[in-house]
Amino acid sequence: MTLTLLAQAALNGFLFGGLYSLMAVGLSLIFGVLRVINMAHGDMMVWGSYLAFVLALRLGLDPFVSFGLCAAALFCLGVLVQRGLVNRVLDAPHEMQILLMLGVALVLENLALVVFGPETRRSESAYGLATVWLGPLFVDVARLITFALTLAFSLALYLFLFRSDMGRLIRAAADNAYGALVIGANVSRIYTVAFGIGAACVGAAGALMSALLPFSPAAAFPQTVTSFNIVIIGGMGSLFGAFLGGILVAVAESLGAVLLVPSLKELVSFILLVLILLFRPQGLFGGKTR
Amino acid sequence: MKWLLGIALLILLVLPNFLGSYLLTVFIFIFFYAYLGQAWNLLGGYGGQISLGHAAFVGVGAYTSTYLAMTYRLSPWIGMFIGGAAAALLGAVIGYLGFRFGLRGFYFILLTVAFAEICRLIVAHLEALGGALGLFITFTGDPWQFQFSDNRYYYYIALGLMLASMGIVAAVERTRMGTYLTAVREDEDASEALGVNTFGTKLAAIVLSAFLTGVGGTFYANYLFSLQPNTAFGIPLSVEIILRPIVGGSGTLMGPILGSFILSPLAELSRSYLARGGLSGVHLIVYGSLLIAVVLFFPRGAYPYLRDLFRKRGAA
Repeated sequence: MTLTLLAQAALNGFLFGGLYSLMAVGLSLIFGVLRVINMAHGDMMVWGSYLAFVLALRLGLDPFVSFGLCAAALFCLGVLVQRGLVNRVLDAPHEMQILLMLGVALVLENLALVVFGPETRRSESAYGLATVWLGPLFVDVARLITFALTLAFSLALYLFLFRSDMGRLIRAAADNAYGALVIGANVSRIYTVAFGIGAACVGAAGALMSALLPFSPAAAFPQTVTSFNIVIIGGMGSLFGAFLGGILVAVAESLGAVLLVPSLKELVSFILLVLILLFRPQGLFGGKTR
Repeated sequence: MKWLLGIALLILLVLPNFLGSYLLTVFIFIFFYAYLGQAWNLLGGYGGQISLGHAAFVGVGAYTSTYLAMTYRLSPWIGMFIGGAAAALLGAVIGYLGFRFGLRGFYFILLTVAFAEICRLIVAHLEALGGALGLFITFTGDPWQFQFSDNRYYYYIALGLMLASMGIVAAVERTRMGTYLTAVREDEDASEALGVNTFGTKLAAIVLSAFLTGVGGTFYANYLFSLQPNTAFGIPLSVEIILRPIVGGSGTLMGPILGSFILSPLAELSRSYLARGGLSGVHLIVYGSLLIAVVLFFPRGAYPYLRDLFRKRGAA
């Protein structure tokens, strides 16, 4: 076990972490604004992956180009799910909301299974195998591009939330939905947009990830659980926490895969999760507790 | 209502003589999932502490008794209680950690998922427990080893499990603990203020629920003759466990039973007819849609509506 190997694993994890961040930011946005837990998060992600896969196969679009289209498509899916289903249970008890989203997750995952089959797939990308050497370490070009794109996507989201009127309203509704209603905000519209953006984030992450890792419908639920882990570790309702938590968990899993057995890497994030739940339930970067 | 249940029980007792082996299997699944659902109901339905990791207790119970039977030739009839105790211990650990630190709602759900996944990953890497391939039980037909060549024995065992769980939950309903549990579900802070030991109540509920589920694990292993970490500890099994009580009406004695009589045949039929045609995901799409429909249209489950219907008719 050399230091180079560990540094290499940390670097790979770090570059992969942007995807985890994007995934978690989407979940955190939906939870922060609607107070609804999107159990279908990983399933939306898998649909993003399949869209990118189909676009690459039929139109020859590189996932690094098509991820915007996939995000737009998932935005629409998110809007539909919010308008048609989530909107009706906003005042229902938590467990009922969770069950509803579990139902959505089952439908989405198995729809993918019926349409695309159980085989694992991977999107074709021109940069799939390119690498650049950085001293003793090599940098996977696909991961580097992915990281840059997730960073750009997150930056655009940041500008939207903090510089645009709609973004400010979304943050206002997240802070205090009743107050937002009082100042005349259209809260129902805000909820729809926020859910759509959350779905778009995870759709973009799914499209980009499809070029890096093989995926299948069965990957959906584990991705949902990973997103939850990250959001809890980073701090529920904190978008920056979710972003940093994504990178942290990706690095931890990558190191875990080298130090333990690769198939045990998820154990690292679960143990991290249990520790956080017990000793710092507000998460690493989550300041306020509700 | 009582004589109606009596007649139903009588019918169930003589039914195996008239059933073919396929229908017998359907009934075994109905009873077994009703049993697991009832065990979950104690914690999730009455206590309002939703666990999405109950498969962990099935897995621990199943692996414990099967491992003991394979290495020490210990009869699963004894092993099932050791497995139940092991599951109860796991339940106590999860409950202690979760409730001590005041995890509620979503945080508690996530803790149960995390523990189930941790168990699955650990068992999949233990060579002594067969690793990712799992354990396979060889058939000897020895009743003392929980093996029967006639499916009717499994039918009666599953029926017995279901009736036992109903008896236990009905007894808990009548004790102080049952009242405390409902109070915790309705308003935890208020019941704490009124002097209810909410921590102890929730802990007792998860330990009893885990024990019952763990005992069921032995039946699971010896009816299927094999155990794999991905199925015995997996999220899909946890989802199966919570679906029935919620569809039937969680927090009611008849809810899990009714839910299982609705869902299990549906699952079995769609599995054998749709999956055979290569459409393996369709029955889960049906499941998911059903779940959505229940939440939107029958948020309290089927049983309360049925009960109201009966009452109205009785009054008229």
